[in-house]
Amino acid sequence: MRRLVSFTLIALMTAITAQAEDAMPLQVRIGYLGYRPDPGPLLSNVITEPADAGLRGAELAIIDSNSTGRFLKQDYHLESASVDSPEALLQAARAQHEQGLRLFVINAPAASLRQLSAALPDSLLFNAGSPDDNLRTTDCLGNVLHSLPDRAMLADALVQFSVVRKWQKALLIVGRTPEDQAYADALRRAMKRFGMKIVAEKTWQFDNDQRRSAQADMPLFTQTAEYDVVLVADERGDFGEYLPYQTWYPRPVAGTQGLTPTGWHKTVETYGAAQLQKRFEALAGRWMNDRDFAAWIAVRSVASAVSKLRQADPFAIRQLALSDQLPLDGFKGRKLSYRPWNGQLRQPIPLVQPRALVSTSPQDGFLHPSNEMDSLGYDQPEVSCRYP
Amino acid sequence: MRRPPFQPILLRQVLALGAVLLATGPAAASTAWVSNEKDNSLSLIDMQSLEVVETLPVGQRPRGLLLSHDNRLLYICASDSDRVQVMDVATRKIIKELPSGKDPEQFALHPNDRWLYVSNEDDALVTVIDTQTSEVLGQIGVGVEPEGMAVSPDGKWTVNTSETTNMLHWIDTSTQTLADSTLVDQRPRFVEFNRDGTQLWASAEIGGTVTILDVATRKVLKTLNFQIKGVHPDKVQPVGIKLSADGQLAFVALGPANHVAVIDAKTFEILDYLLVGRRVWQLAFTPDQRQLLATNGVSGDVSVIDVQSRKVLKSVKVGRYPWGVVVTP
Repeated sequence: MRRLVSFTLIALMTAITAQAEDAMPLQVRIGYLGYRPDPGPLLSNVITEPADAGLRGAELAIIDSNSTGRFLKQDYHLESASVDSPEALLQAARAQHEQGLRLFVINAPAASLRQLSAALPDSLLFNAGSPDDNLRTTDCLGNVLHSLPDRAMLADALVQFSVVRKWQKALLIVGRTPEDQAYADALRRAMKRFGMKIVAEKTWQFDNDQRRSAQADMPLFTQTAEYDVVLVADERGDFGEYLPYQTWYPRPVAGTQGLTPTGWHKTVETYGAAQLQKRFEALAGRWMNDRDFAAWIAVRSVASAVSKLRQADPFAIRQLALSDQLPLDGFKGRKLSYRPWNGQLRQPIPLVQPRALVSTSPQDGFLHPSNEMDSLGYDQPEVSCRYP
Repeated sequence: MRRPPFQPILLRQVLALGAVLLATGPAAASTAWVSNEKDNSLSLIDMQSLEVVETLPVGQRPRGLLLSHDNRLLYICASDSDRVQVMDVATRKIIKELPSGKDPEQFALHPNDRWLYVSNEDDALVTVIDTQTSEVLGQIGVGVEPEGMAVSPDGKWTVNTSETTNMLHWIDTSTQTLADSTLVDQRPRFVEFNRDGTQLWASAEIGGTVTILDVATRKVLKTLNFQIKGVHPDKVQPVGIKLSADGQLAFVALGPANHVAVIDAKTFEILDYLLVGRRVWQLAFTPDQRQLLATNGVSGDVSVIDVQSRKVLKSVKVGRYPWGVVVTP
């Protein structure tokens, strides 16, 4: 609540300091809806994920946008709700909708996003929480733009790099959750596209505490035909953290742990990113992660469109976002834009290890007829649903 | 390669001969000063031998550089030290540090040689400092990530660009207050007035354009788009701009497109693209305007361009992430 008050205050100050004219500022109200299901007990729970991931990115983008709004007579305002069940999320969405909000940033699993998309047909939703590939390929949601990269983009980014490094043979290790299976599917698709081979595949079946026994278990578990790299699909972070340095062959580990493709990371600093990182850390007191970035760029997409359109109609914003007339500044070295065939934000994908940026994909040489960034994820001919 | 039509051949040959004489003659060579953002140092290049002759330690993350009008003082934005350092060009010692506000990045000096306008990138402010008394004369709130800075030749206007707000902010120097803001393309990074102060050139890094405005009306005269064969348009990210003193040519550094564009400053026609190092950033002319230097951030070198022939003569290796460059006579 205090946060809400402070934003209102900023908006007020903004209104007061705006150059004196008669016209009222354009009010742009954006709803943030957050729901992350409890991932269950995890083996690698030493370093916990921030509970406010996503929200703080949206908050920063509101501050950033009000600085422009000050000069353009536009006031940006965030209404946020972070809840702990899909039902509460739907309720919060309806409540915000009743208050007149038509622009939303959603940080929730795919099922909730589908539900909200159906419940708010006259609104524009930004998906800043689900990397689900089906949302972008088979069940296009016409009122949704996706600012978080999907699993296919992450997997393509990683596999392009593997191919460049000539890591051609992989051992694939997959966790037991449906999300892990989906991540593994994306890796398989990427390996097929870019010519990598899977020499062995294993499912992680164990539930003992790897913090004590990784050195005894992991070498045996990874004893297969020889590979160049171990690819791991463990989205929750259950066992994957214990693979590096413990593999039978001394080979790198990549995927959800080890060398990781992600939408954003602390170690991204070039192309002005250092300034964004600093602003975020000053606001949130922690590092900015991929969900924070997805929520930040979602709000910035709205603001960039509104400053061009001088109005905040959700469908005018969507139309502009899907045209090639809205280059977005995402501090990633390329202008970002939304793919007109599924509403996915095209963007370079950083490949990171915990304390350094290793590379950024698309890799040089992976060409595309219109935009190299479209070598990551599903391209137009691969999308079967009609969008928007 | 096409040449501008306004240069008679004879003149060109004379100038070329002059360049040869300059390159071989014993004339006192000028010195280029390059800030190395990630090395916390300056590299000094002797413009006759085209070699680094000295490396000087400075504050943290040095970026913008500029010279006092008499070329005796070098001002250095030490961004992560949150100050502007003043170096005596003759002794190469830091003689003073100015209270620049947080994270100074680029700056501009008023024609009165005293008022220094500094963009504070992290604080959305422009700080005005009196360089003689080290006093802060004012702070002006602008958009997010203020960056480019220029003062009009008549001293009336200071223009600042804000990278995330996408605006040019016009500061009235008689009151040190914000008078107007003009929306331009995404991520404006650098501004430069032409010599008579009638035009303002502004680069937009993400927009991929350079906008030329009429200063009197603040209306757009022309927006330049750049197309380089074999380079994806997204990689065209204009940053530094330099206009030749004779008003004939403009040069624009195109960032990760790794080229410098040559533009006819009268017709706004793009004449040529010169291949330089990786992620070309800022530009500076030598005092005789015969050579243009370009800092290449990623490849860590400085390209030396012969203005007359529009040829890149040499790449000079400097420190990590060369950012700013100025040349003393």
